[in-house]
Amino acid sequence: MKTTFKTQAGRLTALVAFAALLGGCATSGNPKDPVEGFNRAMYGFNEGLDKVILKPVATGYEAVLPSPLQTGVANFFSNIEDLMIGVNNLLQGKPAQAASDAGRVLVNTTVGFLGILDVASTMGMEKHEEDFGQTFGRWGMPDGAYVVWPFFGPRTVRDTLGLILDVYVDPVWAQLDHIPTRNSMILLRYISNRAELLKADKVIEEAALDKYSYVRDAYLQRRQSLIHDGNPPKFDPYSGAGEGKSAEAQDGAGASSQVAARN
Amino acid sequence: MRLFAALLACASFFLSPGALAQQMAPDALVKSVTDEVLDIIRKDKDIKAGSTRRAIELVEQKVLPHFNFTRMTALAVGKDWRQATPEQQKVLTEEFRDLLVRTYSNALIAYKNESVDYRPFKMQPGETDVTVRTQIHQAGARQPITLDYSLEKNGNAWKVYDVVVAGVSLVTNYRSSFATEIRNGGIDGLIKTLKAKNASLEANVKK
Repeated sequence: MKTTFKTQAGRLTALVAFAALLGGCATSGNPKDPVEGFNRAMYGFNEGLDKVILKPVATGYEAVLPSPLQTGVANFFSNIEDLMIGVNNLLQGKPAQAASDAGRVLVNTTVGFLGILDVASTMGMEKHEEDFGQTFGRWGMPDGAYVVWPFFGPRTVRDTLGLILDVYVDPVWAQLDHIPTRNSMILLRYISNRAELLKADKVIEEAALDKYSYVRDAYLQRRQSLIHDGNPPKFDPYSGAGEGKSAEAQDGAGASSQVAARN
Repeated sequence: MRLFAALLACASFFLSPGALAQQMAPDALVKSVTDEVLDIIRKDKDIKAGSTRRAIELVEQKVLPHFNFTRMTALAVGKDWRQATPEQQKVLTEEFRDLLVRTYSNALIAYKNESVDYRPFKMQPGETDVTVRTQIHQAGARQPITLDYSLEKNGNAWKVYDVVVAGVSLVTNYRSSFATEIRNGGIDGLIKTLKAKNASLEANVKK
């Protein structure tokens, strides 16, 4: 299955290159989104896929499966995730968090029946959220352009590289040799993740003037926050201006230098 | 993607008691408003039954008095704010306020079984711009959602001017779509879009 992965990685890399080429034909001139045309097309594709297949399936899943079982499924995959979250915390120089993540896996895998129960959280071991994209960011790699991938959704170039590694070391993708089992697990995880977001759909639908840019900007802000573990420097990806004392302070002057400083 | 679930949780930010606000410390203010609104949500029959109307009412009574919507709108609009006439600024503020209130009143309805943790808060004497950090724990969720309020002091009262849910500012997240609207149709174009958006949300409430 390594070859399968390599083929996929190869395709993804080709797509990155393709997206970079498209950068030549910029659309609305947003500095973080040089391939907006391509991204909007991919976003539309993902939305269509969601509407026709994913969302109906997730809705059915939510309606049919008793909610403790849904939590069990989500916990099971969350426990598998914790393993690499711990590794990433270690790579980011946060041994205490990494130890806690290892503790979570140990407790949940044993006392929590293979992760189905999240006993560790009730014991006060907090769940973290880390991945290779964040680790690269922590190491100082600039995030690069915003890219929307079919199936995977929003990433930056840096997070795309992170994603390739995430998939490569993911116990479900990479360690399960029995392909039907692997595929069923991946599918179940996808549906479970989607079902958890069902309630959020309406909020975004109502909040956004333009869903595409709302999702993009939220993604960029969220990643920035995650990399800094909830305490990002106080300026946003666009104006580069801090949350100054007045609207005047939000003036775009010096924006590019601050964006550069952030990167 | 977890962040979208997180966006919902901002519901609880609309939580606040009115008159006490004067001279209350910012962290105490956030806490008392949150506790009061959570208490109402848990008891109110109409909200339990999913009444958007009632949720909007609650937000307007309890939460709006503690928000500085002019400042929020200015932040969302960014550098174009100065181009707007005082009249345009006023209309923009009203429309943006309505959009936020409607959207998040619905989030309030969606989320009922949550509890809120207040993170340690320190403030230097004389400070006028602070962040109060909270965490929302939802039943069944593995990870709490962070919910941070930026407040500034206006005279005696602290007012919220930004709400950051899971690292995403509900205010500045509008900046690029607002900028696009202004580039295409000027300030009036943005006003028109906001009005149309609110009208369509209003139509849904009636359903």
